[in-house]
Amino acid sequence: MHELSIALSILDVAEEEMQNHVGARVDAIHVRLGPLSGVVKEALVSAYELAREETPLFANARLVFEDVPIVVFCSKCQAERPVHSTQLFHCAECDTPATDVRRGRELELAALELEE
Amino acid sequence: MSTGPRIVEVRKNVLKHNDEVARGLRQRFEQAGVFVVSLVSSPGSGKTAFLEKTLTLLKQAGHRPAALVGDLATNNDAARLARSQAPVKQITTGTLCHLEAAMIQNAIEEWNLKDLDFLFLENVGNLVCPSSYDLGEALRLVLLSVTEGEDKPLKYPTIFNSADLAIVTKIDLAEAVEFDRNAARTNIDSVRPGMPILELSSKTGAGMEAWMNLLATRSKQ
Repeated sequence: MHELSIALSILDVAEEEMQNHVGARVDAIHVRLGPLSGVVKEALVSAYELAREETPLFANARLVFEDVPIVVFCSKCQAERPVHSTQLFHCAECDTPATDVRRGRELELAALELEE
Repeated sequence: MSTGPRIVEVRKNVLKHNDEVARGLRQRFEQAGVFVVSLVSSPGSGKTAFLEKTLTLLKQAGHRPAALVGDLATNNDAARLARSQAPVKQITTGTLCHLEAAMIQNAIEEWNLKDLDFLFLENVGNLVCPSSYDLGEALRLVLLSVTEGEDKPLKYPTIFNSADLAIVTKIDLAEAVEFDRNAARTNIDSVRPGMPILELSSKTGAGMEAWMNLLATRSKQ
């Protein structure tokens, strides 16, 4: 359960950004999350609920997820492709084993929804 | 003037602080000529025994290895590793289930990196959390013991996908627990195609030579 650490990190980055928007109210925090980030979404939601109680600035901010799919560069197709699954890390088109991960590791604060 | 909600794009890595510290560490390690290897696995997969053997063999070969050991509460692992005569330090993480780059930074503060050529970072026994955190390592090992079963890679694909090398430990027990080597290899290769796999036993020493050779090759790259 490292999701509490992650939730606190999200609030840290958001707080840093809010220095550019003093006085605004935060309605939502958008997080881009890839399947290879190592973060369990459900656990992060619960951890975030706890973490935001400590920070008045974000007391009403929802957590909104933007799911990022896994994308690899397939050496055979010579193109970006999805994989079958994290259990079968092969190109979904031609079944070539995939090693060059282009997307899917994201754990990113994408945006803030503000009310000014 | 109407001021409805508006979306401000941020696009910042949530773990950017950790990543920055890790980047700084990696640079320092490279400059000092220290090859840094991290180890992740479930509790009880033989990380400490493997590390004790590794440190001892490196010392015997005239190298200067050291280790940092993450553990939730005890310093038993560090005490075991100290028998190798290598500098060893425990990082007690308390309730934290993983190591972070800043902990490594603090732990090496008193060490002169120029006095070392290998540094091992033993993560807390956990196959989930450590995958998100860069520690500044050059090589990440994931350990799997034969007693854990062949399907572990399929249950924890993310951590296997984040590793550079898989080590199957306690291979001396393979027959007793009817460990299916081929299935394990197939599963590892399915979640992380092309990752090198070494089978070894810290107890009998089987496979340790191949590991030492691989370490020597990688550290010179």
